[in-house]
Amino acid sequence: MKEILSQPWPWYVSGPLIGLTVPLLLILGNKSFGISSSLRHVCAACAPANIPFFQYNWKKEAWNLFFAAGIIAGGFITARFLANPNPVAVHPQLAAELAGYGITNYNGLVPQELFNWQSLLSVKGVVMMIGGGFLVGFGTRYAGGCTSGHAIMGLSTLQWPSLVATCCFMAGGFIMANLILPFILSL
Amino acid sequence: MKTTATKELVETNTDFEVRSLDTLCINESRLEHKWYHNIKYLVVGMAFGIVLVKAEVISWFRIQEMFRLQSFHMYGVIGSAVVVGMLSIWLIKKFKLKTIYGEPIEFHPKKFNKGQVYGGLLFGFGWAITGACPGPLYAQIGTGATVIAVTLLSAIAGTWVYGRLREKLPH
Repeated sequence: MKEILSQPWPWYVSGPLIGLTVPLLLILGNKSFGISSSLRHVCAACAPANIPFFQYNWKKEAWNLFFAAGIIAGGFITARFLANPNPVAVHPQLAAELAGYGITNYNGLVPQELFNWQSLLSVKGVVMMIGGGFLVGFGTRYAGGCTSGHAIMGLSTLQWPSLVATCCFMAGGFIMANLILPFILSL
Repeated sequence: MKTTATKELVETNTDFEVRSLDTLCINESRLEHKWYHNIKYLVVGMAFGIVLVKAEVISWFRIQEMFRLQSFHMYGVIGSAVVVGMLSIWLIKKFKLKTIYGEPIEFHPKKFNKGQVYGGLLFGFGWAITGACPGPLYAQIGTGATVIAVTLLSAIAGTWVYGRLREKLPH
């Protein structure tokens, strides 16, 4: 059993399980699935700074912070008990491309050559970890949601603004991964 | 007198925006619960986190494959999640299901604004660089990639700067 669970789960198992989070949160307490809002609640709780956007009763939205904490715990449990013993299998074309930038370690889900404490002192590390993180936080709030809130919850409830947002997420990703990221990786 | 009225208006507006422009918590519960009722969301989050990691959707490599059209995996995960989400919402509406506290389940339409385009593109850039959207950021930290806490803090800073500049940005 543990053998099977430790393998990467195929999309037709994991996708439906992710989809079930939507009705589960609604039935447990009328909560709309979405994660990026937790970042806003942290701002409202820690540094509201008289900004109207952060003036609201964040304690009412505390469930979202519990949900986020649960995700961290889930990550920990998986790494501790259900970790895949094999390196991540990637498309040979991607492996060849990444080897050109010196990325050859597939032991972690996150490439260790790019994301580590030492590389925070390099330009590439700062652009990728700090710049990339900033774009995630700024962009999701500007768009009013992320992959969970727009692509999954929004599309599930047939909202066309969420379809627009999802298409823009994908467009941004394609532009970055194919046209700009090669320059960042060669820094 | 006039200032009070304006102030009141602004406050009402803020609350409206919290509920309408955000993806979250537009359904305000009239029930007051003790904090420990939130533990059930911790458990759901945990299950969700395990699936995220096992599906490898938190992997930077999988995200790169997706944006290079080298693998169907991510499209399969997101696509099947949407199909299951749609079906379950259809069932909830059809059978008028209630929450475990007996409240009717409500849905509120999202309004279109230009932020979904500009913000969406910016988030897409960030997604391709970090290989993570907000959920996976938390999951990556949990799996032991501690340095991603810096990325998460930077995402919180990004959210804060958006809140600060909000009035000046096109919407």
